[in-house]
Amino acid sequence: MYQILKQIIKTGIKTEPAPLADETMRAGEQRLQQQILAVLGRSLAIRLVDAGSCNGCELEIHAVNNAYYNLEGLGIKFVASPRHADLLLVTGTVSRHMEVALQRTLAAIPEPRLVVALGDCACNGGVFGESYASCGKVSNVIPVDVVVSGCPPAPLAIMQGILTAISAKK
Amino acid sequence: MNSLNLAWIPLPGAIPARQATLEAAQLQPLCRKVADDGGRLLALWGSDEGAGIFALHVALVNQDGLLCLHLLLAQESPVYPDISQIFPCACRMQRTVYDMLGVAAAGSADQRPWLRHAAWPVDSFPLRKDFDAAISQEADDYPFVQVEGQGVHEIPVGPVHAGIIEPGHFRFSIIGERVLRLEERLGYVHKGIEKRFENNSLFFGAKLAGRVSGDSTTAYAWAYAMAAENMACVTPPERALWLRALFLERERIANHLGDLGYLANDVAFSFGMSQFWILKEQLLRNNAALFGHRYLMDKIIPGGVAVDLPDADTLLAECDLLEHEVRLLRSILEEHAGVQDRYIGAGTVEPKLASQLGLCGLAGRASAQAWDARVQFPCVPYQTLEVRMATHRNGDVAARVIVRFEELFESIRLQREILAGLPAGDLLEALTDLPGNGFGLGMVEGWRGEVLVAMHTDAAGNISRVYPHDPSWQNWPLLEHAILGNIVPDFPLINKSFNLSYSGHDL
Repeated sequence: MYQILKQIIKTGIKTEPAPLADETMRAGEQRLQQQILAVLGRSLAIRLVDAGSCNGCELEIHAVNNAYYNLEGLGIKFVASPRHADLLLVTGTVSRHMEVALQRTLAAIPEPRLVVALGDCACNGGVFGESYASCGKVSNVIPVDVVVSGCPPAPLAIMQGILTAISAKK
Repeated sequence: MNSLNLAWIPLPGAIPARQATLEAAQLQPLCRKVADDGGRLLALWGSDEGAGIFALHVALVNQDGLLCLHLLLAQESPVYPDISQIFPCACRMQRTVYDMLGVAAAGSADQRPWLRHAAWPVDSFPLRKDFDAAISQEADDYPFVQVEGQGVHEIPVGPVHAGIIEPGHFRFSIIGERVLRLEERLGYVHKGIEKRFENNSLFFGAKLAGRVSGDSTTAYAWAYAMAAENMACVTPPERALWLRALFLERERIANHLGDLGYLANDVAFSFGMSQFWILKEQLLRNNAALFGHRYLMDKIIPGGVAVDLPDADTLLAECDLLEHEVRLLRSILEEHAGVQDRYIGAGTVEPKLASQLGLCGLAGRASAQAWDARVQFPCVPYQTLEVRMATHRNGDVAARVIVRFEELFESIRLQREILAGLPAGDLLEALTDLPGNGFGLGMVEGWRGEVLVAMHTDAAGNISRVYPHDPSWQNWPLLEHAILGNIVPDFPLINKSFNLSYSGHDL
């Protein structure tokens, strides 16, 4: 126990300031009213669906929960059930084998809800593109509010995308 | 093997490898011989050779090197002898060859589809050259094996899992909390990678190979580059090969740090999670600062590497920090009774079963399967570095954790050696054209196990087929065994101790 406490004290607080929202990430019109966004913004629950990524984006989503970015410290957390979620985060080109699962997960998230497409594959199909096995970008399958490009997007860009989704357009 | 009268042709490259074209009747005896001598199946894939000919390719490995077998099949009767009786891990690969190419293993007990769900029709085969990408509307109805008996019930999990993980389906048959049977169903992230390689450029292919499984991007990029270089008989400059090894060991360290964090988290020891992920983040930031990418994607290219090492001091300081901190964290984990209680005896794969079913890589070494391509077939710079292989006999979560720690320390040592011995010179040897009707193999010991890439070209030297093989193919079936008799709440822990790839498997 002594070693653990000593290490915690030695480590100190690593968390860095959160980035600001970025309007260029918005994919279309802001659909939700400012009042709703203000409520969601204080405690946002995210459901992730990997719809066909290479797992690179997932590595960076894990990283936003490390001590440096500490996404949960902003009141934003990942949840297991879509029923508990306010925001659907989607990675990957949408494989045709995941198309139905993605649509059903979205349908299980109560309104009002937001969708963020994360990574180059989710934004534009990436290196995998459209094929017999792939539907391409996420907006080919479900409506998208915010897109975050990058292969994979860095943790700060991911946080920026999520914060943009829950911030009202200035 | 000589009694089979095969004309072996050596394949160029740093790893000893030879190939032979054989008759259907020779396949089973040859595989049996290799298996009896302690050899393993590495990969099995098919290709459309045009003019009504299909080919089956089988890569085996024994202590002498790689053996690559080619079997030509006429379109009228595209069947070959089943080898899953000899190498059980061939079963899913054979089912996939049927899904993708319509070439079947005669006499195989399991003829269910594997990677094909409902995206394309049953009589349509994506890797045939005349495939027309017809969209199927059929319902997805997979016949899982049913377990019956008083009190037995099923828990279906996935494809969308509860955490931040890739998609796949697990069907647990349980009694009380104890698992009687687990059946996996994969293929959800099949996005047509193999087809995408066809007729694309060598350099687009390198990007694609680096995205077969994002956590193993350097292993795939290196294996892909090696396949092309071997085919074209091009040797990258020494400095480039040393830098590749540096990248590969950094990938191993990053993944082991991340997984050790999650293995602590999965037994509710969140201190471990925070600490290991702080270290991983520092390593990723050094990657970004020195090489321009946190995961080193696209830094290994055919012919060499795309980036040089600007200075060694940052990495040497990182080595010291990692070694000190990981040593401390290891002693904390080892002295924590609650953590060890969950690790020891969970998800055991006995060495005998591991050997029969072909468990490989990190998980294999934790079950006494002493295979590591860096040790058995060391190419530059591993010949100089003399990698010390980490193994264990217990085959449980605790053993896989111990092997990870030992590999982590060994990779830190290797990183120091590489920084000390890095030769001067160029980063790239020109490689633009591939020979016609060529075949090349590349194999790299990634953090999860050996990654194999096979590359075929057509008469004009265009890429006609690339097959990237992930060690997860071998190891997924063992997870079904590892969970038996354990309780359902231990599944996430056992699963994470293997941490297999979905994308690398589903392609």
